Amino acid sequence: MTTTSHSHRRRHTAAGGALAATAALLLSACSGGGAAGGSAAGAGGAAGEPVAGGNLTFAITVDSHCIDPQQVGNNDAIAVARQTVASLTAQDPETAEIVPWLAESWEVNDDASSYTFHLREDATFADGTPIDAESVKTNFDAIVALGATASLGSQYLVGYEGTTVVDDRTVRVDFSAPSAQFLQATSTFSLGLLAPESASLSAEERCAGKFVGSGPFAVQSYTQDQEVVLEKVAGYAWGSQANSHTGEAYLDTVTFKVIPEASVRTGALQSGQIDATAAISTVDLPQFDGNGFSLNQRANPGVVYNLFPNESSELAADEAVRRAILKGIDRQQIVDTVLSAQDAPATAVLSHSTPLYESLGDALAYDPEGAKKLLEDAGWVEGADGIREKDGKKLTTTVTFWQTPDALELVQQQLRQIGFDLQLNFVTVAESQAAKESGDFDFDYYNLTRSDPDVLRTIFSANARNINQRDAEEVDDLLDRSAATTDQAERQELVTQASQLLVEKAHAIPVYELSTTIAASEKVHDLKFEASSRLDFYDAWVDAA
Amino acid sequence: MARYILRRVGQGVFVLWATFTIAFFVLYLLPSDPAALIAAGGGGEVDQIDPALLEELRAQHGLDRPVIVQYGDALWQAVRGDFGASYLSGAPATSLVAQALPETLKLTGVALALAVAGGALLAVASVFPRARALRQALSALPPLGVALPTFFVGLLLLQWLSFRVPVFPAIGNEGAISLVLPAVTLAVPAGAQLAQVLSRSLRGTLGEPYVETAWAKGAGRGRVFLAHALRNAAIPAFTVLGIMVGGLLGGAVVTETVFSRVGLGRLTVQSVNQQDVPVVLAIVVFSALVFVVVTLVVDLVYPLLDPRIESSGITESRRSTAVAA
Repeated sequence: MTTTSHSHRRRHTAAGGALAATAALLLSACSGGGAAGGSAAGAGGAAGEPVAGGNLTFAITVDSHCIDPQQVGNNDAIAVARQTVASLTAQDPETAEIVPWLAESWEVNDDASSYTFHLREDATFADGTPIDAESVKTNFDAIVALGATASLGSQYLVGYEGTTVVDDRTVRVDFSAPSAQFLQATSTFSLGLLAPESASLSAEERCAGKFVGSGPFAVQSYTQDQEVVLEKVAGYAWGSQANSHTGEAYLDTVTFKVIPEASVRTGALQSGQIDATAAISTVDLPQFDGNGFSLNQRANPGVVYNLFPNESSELAADEAVRRAILKGIDRQQIVDTVLSAQDAPATAVLSHSTPLYESLGDALAYDPEGAKKLLEDAGWVEGADGIREKDGKKLTTTVTFWQTPDALELVQQQLRQIGFDLQLNFVTVAESQAAKESGDFDFDYYNLTRSDPDVLRTIFSANARNINQRDAEEVDDLLDRSAATTDQAERQELVTQASQLLVEKAHAIPVYELSTTIAASEKVHDLKFEASSRLDFYDAWVDAA
Repeated sequence: MARYILRRVGQGVFVLWATFTIAFFVLYLLPSDPAALIAAGGGGEVDQIDPALLEELRAQHGLDRPVIVQYGDALWQAVRGDFGASYLSGAPATSLVAQALPETLKLTGVALALAVAGGALLAVASVFPRARALRQALSALPPLGVALPTFFVGLLLLQWLSFRVPVFPAIGNEGAISLVLPAVTLAVPAGAQLAQVLSRSLRGTLGEPYVETAWAKGAGRGRVFLAHALRNAAIPAFTVLGIMVGGLLGGAVVTETVFSRVGLGRLTVQSVNQQDVPVVLAIVVFSALVFVVVTLVVDLVYPLLDPRIESSGITESRRSTAVAA
């Protein structure tokens, strides 16, 4: 259902719109969290009228050998794949509202278990075949059939009972249980539409880019580990309402070059060998702020970087210990010390660019004295080495993670101040995946990008992922109910209450918000973020040569 | 001779088997779950994976069988040249290696030529001149070349000749021009190593009695150096050449990453990072094969260079020359 983003993303994030980020924060807070924050303005901003034509070269860091939108799960692959498919709906990056794309309108039944979409008349796949009700059914059935290799899509379709072709332009998707997240899910690349023939290709052929999509760009060539070239689809005329135009894409081609070395990406952008990238390291970002370049930053929506206690382990089962950690972290210091000036400390379990976000205010304030008192009261007394003890046991635990360790190293030092010994177990992605699966960890650490608050339920609910490995309690009822209502006000209430409870009991220990920064030459304009902070090249254009 | 070759081929097969077996079990013992990696779509970033889906994937890839059965099966398939499908893309591991190979061969081939030419030139130049100061200055270069880390040389070259003065492209595999900087980067340590061995052996050879004889017979400086001394001094250098080929393959891992080039080195990094077991196994066995073949070829060529070396005593004499070097 969700993706965590690359660790290097974090390091390459930042800069750009400090003002925009702050403004968005205020906006979100004032409007009661109804709006998703973040800057949606394109790189380079508005500089005259868009010009059609021209090419753009964009650096990515890794090729995960698959660019099929329905199978990808990695940020770089998503940046490529997103451009090749259109979705039933789109999500407005400013308002987080779901707006029409391939579907002109839709209805949802009361318990969010049945969705009816009315497709627009004129849309076709890149090969000219019409996008009709039958093709939507073929796609959704194929994603379910792909199963594990389409992990994101198939998790959006959990409880999928089937798609019914009502008529040529109308489809109904039914679920066996309420699934309020599905509407937002239809705006994602994972549920983007491929031509029906592509559904019958093998997963491998689709990975190699041999699919026919529905988006403004199509795959021209794909050389593994080197580059992907996308070309604009002629005749595309159904841009979503979340974009600023509806016709063909402005760029003739977009070339994604794989550049694994951070310093080479910096040099290549500086010397004009690439036009833009979202992977400049934090230390190199300031040199692209002006000087013929521009930065554009946006916080990733979804669950922020959190320490997730495994409450089936002895120490993390103790609420006082968990709450002491929550109070013992100085989030502002983390941002000031190891992140860029534009980054934001966590103010809730969700990041401020997530729909229905609401700040938890003082609940996440730095309070070392309060943390010490909690531990004293629970019987943890300071030992000779400064680490607290109780009944001969040290107050020590381990966090297992694969992301850049900078922030956690600082957390380790901060917790040391309250007599808490946090050991860092820095592992590979593969090992952390295995630890997640077996539940063999004291504390897990990651973030999850998704532009829908349902991400809270999928991680924390005792009836879903149950990251805490705890018994069901009050918060689970709130989370589960939030999946079953389509009433925004009611959903807002449930999500906010659930977030408060999660932090109150310290089932979640938020740290900071992941963000993504596009660094681009000033000839590049309107290279934007979509609502999920994924890259959108559709409105992008370059100055005429 | 035929018996000797047969014995060496037998040893080679044993090395390949041992390499495969060790690599297989090391990869198997890694604390990760291939099924989860496949499901994660290459990102390793998917949070919630349905256990039923994982079971299905394990069955699909035969990962639910006992390890010894998996090993036997993998070995049998490998013998027939099939290492299975990449976890990431589903493409056959052998075809991924075959696709990446030509680019790496180009790179290492050019680098080897540069290293041999540059190394030999530097070795002769550090012994030949009459001026002592010049000889000493030139003699200091090879240790410097060996000591510089490959990625550092690569980044320096990029900074000077691509980012500041845009002479060469910094990234990609397009055209011969993209080959220049990476090949030079890769050739520096290899050439320096060769120069070190060759100049030392050249100095040693110049003290040999037969060289004295050549001087005494009135041979010119150039003739003594090139026709008499260099020819004999080249034998230890030739041994180093065999080892260098392996070093170049290893160096390609760094060079291809720094210069964003497609090739076997990049494939290695990628597959190890993602623990794409079938591809890693294919690469490991392929590299072992290269080593075995190169070593065998070097040993077989010795007698052609120096008739005193008999094939029966090849291993011993080679070792002693290497030590002497």
